[in-house]
Amino acid sequence: MVAQNIFFGITAFVMAVGAVRVVTTKNVVHGALWLMVVLAGVAGNFVLLAAEFVAVVQVLVYIGAIVVLFLFGIMLTRAPIGREANLDNSQRIPSLLVGLLVFGLLASVLAKQWGRVHIHTGAVQRTSDVANSIFTQYVVPFEAVSVVLLAALVGAVVIARRD
Amino acid sequence: MDWILNHFWLVPAIPFTTFWLILFFGKRLPGKGAEIGVTGLAATWVLAAWSAVAWVRRPTTGSGHDVIRSYIEHSYTWFTNGQIKITFGFHADGLAVMMLVVVATISLLVHVYSIEYMRGDVRFTYFFAALSLFTCGMYVLVTASSTLQGLFGWEAMGLCSFMLIGHWWEDKANSDAALKAFFTTRTGDVGLLVGISILYFAAHETFNWQSLNSQALSGKIDHTLLFWGAFALMCAVIGKSAQFPLHTWLPDAMAGPTPVSALIHAATMVVAGVYLVARTYGVFWSGFSIGPGHHGVNVLAVIGAITIIIAALLAFVQDDIKKVLAYSTVSQLGYMVMALACGAWVGGIFHLFTHAFFKGLLFLGAGSVSHSGSHHSFDMKKDMGGLRKYMPTTFTTFVIGSAALAGIFPLAGFWSKDEILLSSGRNGYWVFTAVGIVGAMLTAAYMTRCVYLTFFGEYRGHGHPHESPKLITVPLVILAVLSVSAGWLGGFGLHYFADWTRNETFIAAHVRDYPFSVLWAGIALGLALVAAALAGAFYVREEFAFKGATTRSALAKTGHELLLNKYYLDNLYTDGIIGSIKGPIARGAYWFNQNAIDAVVNGVPIACRKVARVVYTGIDQIFVDGAVNGVGAGAEEGGVALRTLQNGRVQFYAGMLFAAAALLGLGLVLFV
Amino acid sequence: MLLNQFLFLGAFLFATGVYGVLARRNAVLVLMSIELILNAVNINLVAFGAFRNTVVGQVFALFVIAIAAAEVGVGLAIVLLIYRNRRSIDLSEVDVMRG
Repeated sequence: MVAQNIFFGITAFVMAVGAVRVVTTKNVVHGALWLMVVLAGVAGNFVLLAAEFVAVVQVLVYIGAIVVLFLFGIMLTRAPIGREANLDNSQRIPSLLVGLLVFGLLASVLAKQWGRVHIHTGAVQRTSDVANSIFTQYVVPFEAVSVVLLAALVGAVVIARRD
Repeated sequence: MDWILNHFWLVPAIPFTTFWLILFFGKRLPGKGAEIGVTGLAATWVLAAWSAVAWVRRPTTGSGHDVIRSYIEHSYTWFTNGQIKITFGFHADGLAVMMLVVVATISLLVHVYSIEYMRGDVRFTYFFAALSLFTCGMYVLVTASSTLQGLFGWEAMGLCSFMLIGHWWEDKANSDAALKAFFTTRTGDVGLLVGISILYFAAHETFNWQSLNSQALSGKIDHTLLFWGAFALMCAVIGKSAQFPLHTWLPDAMAGPTPVSALIHAATMVVAGVYLVARTYGVFWSGFSIGPGHHGVNVLAVIGAITIIIAALLAFVQDDIKKVLAYSTVSQLGYMVMALACGAWVGGIFHLFTHAFFKGLLFLGAGSVSHSGSHHSFDMKKDMGGLRKYMPTTFTTFVIGSAALAGIFPLAGFWSKDEILLSSGRNGYWVFTAVGIVGAMLTAAYMTRCVYLTFFGEYRGHGHPHESPKLITVPLVILAVLSVSAGWLGGFGLHYFADWTRNETFIAAHVRDYPFSVLWAGIALGLALVAAALAGAFYVREEFAFKGATTRSALAKTGHELLLNKYYLDNLYTDGIIGSIKGPIARGAYWFNQNAIDAVVNGVPIACRKVARVVYTGIDQIFVDGAVNGVGAGAEEGGVALRTLQNGRVQFYAGMLFAAAALLGLGLVLFV
Repeated sequence: MLLNQFLFLGAFLFATGVYGVLARRNAVLVLMSIELILNAVNINLVAFGAFRNTVVGQVFALFVIAIAAAEVGVGLAIVLLIYRNRRSIDLSEVDVMRG
C-alpha cells in the first residue's frame, strides 16, 4: 500500500499546485497548460482507483480534445500571448472567501462523515464490466448522451458560424 | 231603588250634555241658554235626591256607632298597556251622595239666582255653559272611583273657576284675579300629581280610592311613602282649598260675579280639597298618624289652625262685604281641614255640608244687597248701611246665615262646629281645640261687624235700595231654611249624618265618633255669644273701650297695618318670590345659559376644530403622510439599493449563488 | 488508501474551481475553472464507485466526461460569438443585462 500512497501523495500535490496555478496565472496559455497537468493527475488517480478505462478516456478526451479546444479558443479570441495586466476581476477577495468557505464546509463534512474509511480495490473491475453496464443498464443515458453530443455539435456550429 | 246608584255615571253626564247644548244652541233660545242649564241641573238634583233616598234605604251592617252601608262601585277598563290597566268607574257611598246633594242643591239655586242677577250680561250664555261644565267637573270628582279620574274633575273645575272669575275680563283687575287663582291652585296641583303618582306606586299600582285606603290602613304600604304621599296631596289641598300659605287667591277671586262666588268659592270647588282628604282618609290617617298614639300635632292640623286664625283676623279689616265672606270661607275651610287632621272625620264632613248652605246663603245675600241695595257696589262702609229697612227678606236670611256661621244654637253651624271641637278635643288635640274655640269667637265677632255695617245705621249709598226680585229672594229663603235645619241631621243627639256617611275606611281606621256633649256645646256657644256681644258693643256704644285703638296705640296700629296689607303675603309672593325669579334669577339663568352652557356647547366644536387642526398638521401631515410617503420612498430607495445587485455581470451572480449555497450548506451542517 | 484522501482532493479542486469561476476575467479561463470542477466531481464518483465495489461510479464518470466535452464545445462557441461582437472577452465588461 505504501507505493500507492506515495504515488497518490505526489499526484495530489502536483494537482493541487496545478489547480492553483490555473486560477492564478496571468498567462492564459499557461493556464491551459496547468489545466492539462491537473487533468493528467486526475487520470493518474483514476488508475489508482482501478478505473483504467476511465483514466484512458480522461486522457484521450480531456487532455487530447478539450485542452486543445481551449487553446484554439484562446487563439481565436486573440488573447494576448504572454503576460496580461490583470486577469482577475474586482471580486477576488469575496471569491476567495467563498472558495475557502466551500472547501471548509466540504472538508469538515467529509472528515466527520468518512473519517478513516478505507478503500479496498481487491476485486478487479474490468472494462468489460463497465461496458456491460453502459450497454445494458444505462443504455438510455448512453443514447441520450449521444444525442447531447450531437446537439452540442450542431449547436456549436450554429452559434459560431459567420453569417 | 238602587238603580241610580248603579248608574251613577248619569249624574256627571247630564251637566256635560247641557254644557255642549248651551254652547251650541244657547244663543238662539229665548232664555239664552239659561233654561237648558236650569233644566239639566234640576234633573241632576232629582237624581241626587233619589240617590240620597236610595242610599239611606240601603241595608246596613253593624250596630251602634259602627252602622255602615256598603258602597257600590262599578269599574270599566279604559285601556291596558302590558301589565298596567287603567280603569275608570263610579263609586257610590255616603260621602259621595252627601256631596252630590250639596252640589246639586247649591248649583240649582245659583242657576235660578243667576237668571235674575246676570240679566242683560254681555256673556250670559257662556256663563251658564261654564256653570254647567263646572258642575259636571265637581260631579266627576265626587263620583270618581280613582285618583286619576278625580284628577279630571279637579282640573276641569280649575279651568271653570278661571273662566268664571274672569267673566268680566275687560277689566284687567278681573283677569289678573282669574290668573292669580289659576296659578295659585296650579302650584298646589303639582302636589296633587306628585301625590297621585307616589300613591299609585306605593299601593302596588292602583289608582282606586278604596284599594288605596284599605292598603294604607292595613300596613301594606311603607309609612314614609304614605307620609310623603299624604304631604303631596296636602299641598294640593292647600292650593285648592285656600289654606295658608296659598290662600291669597280666594279673596281676589271675589272679582267674579257673586253667583260664581257663592257656588264655586264658598260651597263646592274650594271644598274639593277637603273632600279629597276625606276620600283618601286612610292615607292621611296612616301617613300623618292621626289616630291614637299621635303626638298632639301634625302638619295638616297646623296648616288648618293657622288658616283659621289669620283669615279670621283679616276678615275684621275688610270693607268689601264679599271679601269678608271670602276670608270667612278661608277660615271655615281651615276648620274643616283641621277637623280632618284631628281625627274628627264626621265633624269635618258635617261642617262641609252645613257650611255650603249658610255660606252660599251669605254670598247670595251679599249679591242681593249689591244688586238692589248698593247700586252694584260691595263696599260696606261707603255704599251700604241701614238696609234692613229696605230689604227685609235679604236682611232676615242674611242674619240667619251669619248666626249659623257663628255657631248659634239651634242653627246648622252650631252642631257641625261643636262636633269638630268635641271630636278634636276628645281625640287629644287640645291645642287645636283651643284654636277652634278662638276661631269661633272671632267668627262671631266679624260677622256681627259685617251685619252691622251692612244693615244697621244710616244708609250711606247713592242708589235707591229696594228688595230684590223673587228669582233672587226665593233661593235665599230656601237656603235659610236649610241653614236652620241641615244641622239637625246630626243635632239634638241624632246621628243620622254620621250613620249615613260612615264608610269602610272609617271603620277600618277606627275613627272615633263621639256623642253630643252639652257641656262642650254650652261652653262654645257661650264664648261665641260673648264675642258677638263685644263686637256689637264696639259699634253700638260710642264710648266703647276699643274704639279708636289704632290711633292711640302703636302696637294696635302696627297690627292694623299688617292686617290691611294681608300680612304682606301678596307682596312676598309677587315681589319676593316671583319678582326675584323674574328678575335676578332669570337674568342669572340667562347669563349662565349664554356664557356657561353655550360656552360649553360652542366650545366643543371650537375645541374640536383646534384639535382637528393639530391632528391635521401635526399627526396627519407628519406621521401618517410621512408613513405613507415613507413607504413609497422606502420602496424607491430599496429599489435603488437593490438595483446595484443587478449589475449584469455573470460572475457576480455566480458569486452570489455559490455564497448562498455555501452558507445554506453551512447552516444545514451546523444546525440540522 | 483512505477514501477521504480522494474526497479531499476532489473538494480542493472543487473549491479552486469555484474561485476561478468567480474571480477570473477571461471567459476561457472561466471555462477552464469549470473543467476543474467537473474533474473534481469525477474523482468523487470514481472513488465512491471503488469504495462500493461497483462499476456505476465509472459509468457516471464517463458520462460526465462526455457531457463536459459537449459543454466546452458549446461554451467556446459562445465565447467566440461574444468576442466577435465585442472585440473582447473580458467578462467584467459584459453587463448589458444591468438593471
